[in-house]
Order: sequence, then structure tokens, then C-alpha cells
Amino acid sequence: MPKLKIALYWAASCGGCEIATLAIGDKILRLAEAAEIVFWPVAIDTKYADVEKMADNSIDACLFNGAIRNSENEHMARLLRKKSKILIAYGSCSYEGCIPGLANFFNARAILENTYCETASTDNPAKTMPQPTVIVPEGELDLPVFYDTVKTLGQTVAVDYFVPGCPPEESTTWLALEALLSGNLPPRGTVIAPPSTAVCNECPRIKHEKKIKAFHRTYEIVPDPDICLLEQGILCCGVGTRGGCGALCPKAGMPCTGCYGPVEGVRDQGSHLLSAWASIIDSNDPDEIKNILDGIVDPAGTAYRYSLPAAMINRARMQP
Amino acid sequence: MNDFEPKIVAFLCNWCSYRGADLAGTSRIKCAANVRAIRVMCSGRIEPAFILRAFELGADGVLVLGCHPGDCHYAEGNYKALRRMELLKRTLAQLGIEEDRFRLDWVSASEGDKFSRVVNEITEKVRQLGPYKPKEGNKVA
Repeated sequence: MPKLKIALYWAASCGGCEIATLAIGDKILRLAEAAEIVFWPVAIDTKYADVEKMADNSIDACLFNGAIRNSENEHMARLLRKKSKILIAYGSCSYEGCIPGLANFFNARAILENTYCETASTDNPAKTMPQPTVIVPEGELDLPVFYDTVKTLGQTVAVDYFVPGCPPEESTTWLALEALLSGNLPPRGTVIAPPSTAVCNECPRIKHEKKIKAFHRTYEIVPDPDICLLEQGILCCGVGTRGGCGALCPKAGMPCTGCYGPVEGVRDQGSHLLSAWASIIDSNDPDEIKNILDGIVDPAGTAYRYSLPAAMINRARMQP
Repeated sequence: MNDFEPKIVAFLCNWCSYRGADLAGTSRIKCAANVRAIRVMCSGRIEPAFILRAFELGADGVLVLGCHPGDCHYAEGNYKALRRMELLKRTLAQLGIEEDRFRLDWVSASEGDKFSRVVNEITEKVRQLGPYKPKEGNKVA
């Protein structure tokens, strides 16, 4: 049997998904046995031009991590879609926007001005900003165009499978790779993750009826090691987040931040988290409710930490 | 913007507010025709996702009406609505959605006049704000 041709690419991402690909440990040998990696900018010396020369559909599968936030990301998404039989949105950024997606609370101008002019450590009196093109003595130089709105891979091109996680856990990654290697693929559009409902179902902490009088940030209290974190007033996203990670964060005393995305059947993770958090407040008094809610300092950023570009309202409206 | 007619989605609880709306109708109280009513069994059934989905599908404003505090048919459903909608309001503000596009209020079965007043008020406020455009392209300012 000829080896499977596999490509890996990173768009707007941190590089963690590349590490997660390697975290499958010695199974990487099985991957190397069955597959030939034809394009992987982070690890092997291949150029964009090499991909452009490939015939359409000549790559068997592409694991694409990272969100789409500039013209280079978009170009590579379209190119790899054309060249690949199977395109997999690998990791939270390409699946639902993730941390780069929080840029959708702002726009390109606000982000560039903040980064290049306003931060305390910046010394830029001429207000020099990156431009898409610049003329230098040697000729014209190009930079990718920086977009106002971060998009998911699926909002940019058709995607065959999604792998959740920031980054995907080893077992989740292997599920996807094993499906590719065996050819035993789930229906198109599937989110490939270990069968699970919510993170809560994998979390060993003891759960009672939740009624809380105050929300706390993680540094403000030392949580009880055995009781549900949400019950202790720590904003945990486990109730509205797909399981499959084994509840790693709650087991380590930190709340789930929601990186595996919405549970099966739910589209908008953030609104479900808001709903769950508000519902457990133990008060019927309007003023007390407001005071308790003041403990959630950044509701949109906490509930949509990984999924703003994929949400029903996928960006903040900016005043012109 | 003179010909702009706001689309307002109103979630009305079965036991109080929907009957209040009914009373406004049978009493022939005039009120703005901009509201699309959706009857739910209780305001406690309304999830933040419903409001976001209404905006996503083109609503210019969303109204949630339930029984007055203490009057809920299911004892405490409207308090649950109060908690959820208060948190949602803060989230909508972060998403740049004007405060006047969303309103939670209480209308009893006998308050046809209040129903009409609330509907007229939100319609006028949203009319002033103009249309809500949820999806804007990469070139949005």
C-alpha cells in the first residue's frame, strides 16, 4: 500500500498544536511507517511553492491548525483545501477561533494602534505601522493584510473533520490519526474526540446542588480539593464544555476554561456557560444579584474564551 | 432612515405576559406592530442563546417579558430569568450591542396597557438606534 501523504500547517496559532502532534509519543513511529509528510513548515524544509506545484487532491489529509486572521492564512487555507482530499481543522484555533479569536472584541486598527503606539513600553513617536506593501531600494516588499475579523477554518473553506482542544490531548490526536491511517473515517463534519458528554462527567470532584453567594477568581481562594470548583464560586467551564480531556484542569485544582468547545449538539458554548453560571446564583434580590455578578469581571471573554469567532454573535461591533 | 421599521422579537411567558399581550389586543389598545411574539411556558425557560440567536437572525431588538417577581406560575422561574438576563446584558455590552436593544420587564395578565407601553418604548428606542447588523465583513471599521 502506498504511504498516505500528510500535510501539517499552522495559521494564526501559538505553536502548541505542533507540539501536541508530537505528544503522541512512540505512536509517531507508526505514523512515520504509514505516512509520508509532504509539507510541515515547522519541522521540514518545504516551501509554499512546493505545495502550489502539487496536483489537486494529491495530499491525502491535511491537519490545519490556527485561525484565519490575515491574507496569508486565508491563501494557505484555500491552497491546502484544493490540494487535500481531507482537510482537518486541528485544535481550537482552526475549529472555533480560540485565543486569537478574542481579537474580535476589537478591530485591526485598534489592535495595531495598541501594539505599535499605545503600550507603555513602546517608543514610536513617528507612529510607524506595518503596511501591506513598502518600497525599499531593493524593490517592493509585501506583508500579509491583517484582517479586522478572525475567522475559523470552517468559515473560510469547507472542512471535513474537527479536532477540539487547546491543544488537543494525545488521545484525541491519536483518534484522528488512527482514523486516517485505518481509513475507517466517521461521517464528514464529525468533531473527532473521545466519546463523552461534558467535562463534569469526567471530573472526580464531588458535586452537590449548586447555590453560590459569590464568584471568586482563582488567586482569591484556596479551593477545597475534593468539591466541585463551581460550587465553590470559581468560574469553571466544565458544565458547558465537551469532555475528552479527562478533566485535567479541575483535577489539578484549576477551573476548566472550555478549550474542547461546546458539548455535542450545542453551537454557542459561551451563551450556555452564561446561562449555567447565572442560574446557580443563590439570590432573588435584584441588587444582590448584581453584586454577585460583579464577581464575573469579564463575562464575554470568559464564556467565549475559545469560541468567539464561532459564536452566534462572532464579533463586537465597533463604533465607527 | 425614515422607512426603517424595527423587528422586535418578544419572548412572552405563557401565564402572565402572553395574556397581558392578549388583553392589550382584546381591549383594542393601540401598540406598535413591530413585535414578533414567541410564547414560552416561563421566562425561566429563556436561555441567553435565544436572544443571541434572535439578533443573529436579524432582530433589531429583543424583549423578554415574565410575571412580576413573586407571581411566577412556577414560583421562581422569573428570578432565574432575572439572573440570566442581567449577566447577558453585561455580555451584550461587551459585544457592542446597545443597551436599548434588549429589555427584560414584567407584565402581568391584567396589564394590557403596560404591555403596549413597553412595546412602544422599545420600538421607538430601536428605531432611533437604526438596524442591527450582526455579521459584518472584514472591512468593518
